[in-house]
Amino acid sequence: MPDRPTRIDLIRNIERALRDESLQRQMGKAMPASRKARADAAAELPEWESLRSAAAEIKDHVLANLESYLGQLESQVRALGGVVHWASDAAEARVIITDLARSRGVRRIVKSKSMTTEEIFLNPALESAGASVVETDLGEYVVQLAGERPSHLIAPVVHKPTGEISDLFVKKLGVPRYERPEDLARVAREVLRAEFLAAEMGITGVNFAIAETGTLVIVENEGNARLTTARPRIHVAVMGIEKVLPRLADLSVFLRILARSGTGQRSSVYVSLLTGRRRVGETDGPEELHLVILDNGRRRLLADPDLRGALRCIRCGACQNECPVYQHAGGHAYGSVYAGPIGAVLTPAYEGLEQARDLPFASTLCRACADVCPVKIDLPGMLVELRARAVRTGLAPRRDRMLVGAWTFFTRSPARFVLAGSLGRLAQRLLARGGKIERLPYPLSGWTAHRTAPLLASRPFRKRWKPPQEGPQ
Amino acid sequence: MKPVALFVTCLVDQLYPHVGEAAVRVLERAGCTVAFPEEQTCCGQAAFNNGFQEEARVLARRFLDVFAHAPAIVAPSGSCADMVREWYPRLFRDTPALGDLARSIASRTYELSEYLVRVLGTTDLGARFPATVTYHPSCHGLRGLGLREEPLGLLRAVRDLRLVELPDAEQCCGFGGFFSIKFAALSGAMLSAKLDTIEASGAEVVTATDVSCLMHISGGLSRRGSRVRAMHLAEILAGS
Ligand code: SF4
Repeated sequence: MPDRPTRIDLIRNIERALRDESLQRQMGKAMPASRKARADAAAELPEWESLRSAAAEIKDHVLANLESYLGQLESQVRALGGVVHWASDAAEARVIITDLARSRGVRRIVKSKSMTTEEIFLNPALESAGASVVETDLGEYVVQLAGERPSHLIAPVVHKPTGEISDLFVKKLGVPRYERPEDLARVAREVLRAEFLAAEMGITGVNFAIAETGTLVIVENEGNARLTTARPRIHVAVMGIEKVLPRLADLSVFLRILARSGTGQRSSVYVSLLTGRRRVGETDGPEELHLVILDNGRRRLLADPDLRGALRCIRCGACQNECPVYQHAGGHAYGSVYAGPIGAVLTPAYEGLEQARDLPFASTLCRACADVCPVKIDLPGMLVELRARAVRTGLAPRRDRMLVGAWTFFTRSPARFVLAGSLGRLAQRLLARGGKIERLPYPLSGWTAHRTAPLLASRPFRKRWKPPQEGPQ
Repeated sequence: MKPVALFVTCLVDQLYPHVGEAAVRVLERAGCTVAFPEEQTCCGQAAFNNGFQEEARVLARRFLDVFAHAPAIVAPSGSCADMVREWYPRLFRDTPALGDLARSIASRTYELSEYLVRVLGTTDLGARFPATVTYHPSCHGLRGLGLREEPLGLLRAVRDLRLVELPDAEQCCGFGGFFSIKFAALSGAMLSAKLDTIEASGAEVVTATDVSCLMHISGGLSRRGSRVRAMHLAEILAGS
């Protein structure tokens, strides 16, 4: 992968995040609020569980018939005057889009929020092609001003306290210091309005693409995606192959679960259904519509029966909000555009397990993610599977091999297990001070870094056990 | 008399034998005859969760052999019961004969409170425990086995026990097996959040269905110098 040649040092990243007090405070505030919003919104619908099942079923049906739905989508979009481009990887997608900009003399581009364009590192490519690119989702705009990357699927700037955004605006925009989010939004709106008017090209993601009608569906809360697609002369929509849905009627399930799982809203503020480019007699909409359909590892995932379920993902962010690891680590620690439980599956799948070998292990397997995922992705099962693959391909660290090796050696028979206890009790005499062990040697030192270690009992249960004297035995 | 086989779990066996004895007392009080198949060792969860499936399969094979004929297998651990129920069938999905046995054993394996409440239909075991107690629902019992009301119902029936709510109870304590060593700082941060809520609850005792989480929690409480004690649910139910 040209985009990320080196290994993601997750453990170091997490340790750094834990030391970042402002991040910890901010996540500690934001995450519980998001969790509560989702839980309340889900509890409101008695049919919630059946919606989840229906959504999972539709997605599985699509994945089982993917090429045919993609073919249908392509011909519908073409029939509506759009151009369909197929990109097999990130580099190809970048070339397609930068060529479009260059050949049409595009200097100014506005974008609405899209994780797929983050995935392919589109902005730097467009900038080196000589175009200016402005993110128009408020959170993405902040992230762009700060020179960062989004840290959450739907709340890109969730890691940043408002005070830092105030400072950033003073520094980058030369405006007075505003504290209230409304005022900051107003400042951004003024800047962005001018960008919308001047832009020749608007780039968006796609939440759902309807094969039956060629409709591209974009879900958002700020209206910026609507302006991005209505005002500039050219609209480029970028979607992963898995975003296709069979029929318009399928939308009702997905719009409900997406809004409620993502933000706890009953419905998102703007749902745009874009069917084709501007027609004769219409006053808005783009003259040119381009749909870029991206593979970038997805077909490989589709062919992987243990992991293909990850392609059901609708990028709602619920698994991130719910994940205790994400809550402490923040999104940036995952070293990739997809963070949290779904990121711990997608990043190894897309970028290679070797670079992302630690990600699947960054979970207690508490299953909070699986409980909330609106399309019922078996995230813990996939993490377990990826861990097994890491071990099978020799990516497990030496300490793990030592610990598991010792554990399985000593649990292979009751005699060995009793022996382990006896050896442990000998060692314990050296380690215990005042009936406590506050310090264990490598490879167990991580335990006593944060906790007192338990003592082995003087006699194990099996030595104390006496079968019942009487009764029917 | 209901015959049950006790899977005491490796941690209880070596570190907390009194929890195993409490579980036996509780089961006997509920009218069971308890057997302890002495060939048992460990369910293999620690290896499995860390990706070492071959090693886990060896231990799981042993478990299947040892408990093949047990009418019901009861463990004082939600996560070991969940390992057998949720993952054994998947571990042996490519070997039909063992897969069948794994599924059959999975259908006969229970966590202690689950067995008492769901199978035996008892909640009142005549226990007395004069203390303020809060309950931490361990993740694998909670989300794997769906245990929500079972442990709470048992605790509510205990005489002189004041049950207080644990804020944010369903958040993971951060144990996670080898996770606690591998991601030590993160595990410590999750633990610390859990300990804050335990102390805020005003409880003198925090209880759970798993000694693994309790080992982690009590280790943290001890490091903090807290007065709160961690006790397994079986120890409370065995109180008289
Ligand atoms: S994996 Fe599920 S919960 Fe996580 S972002 Fe995707 S759809 Fe949402």
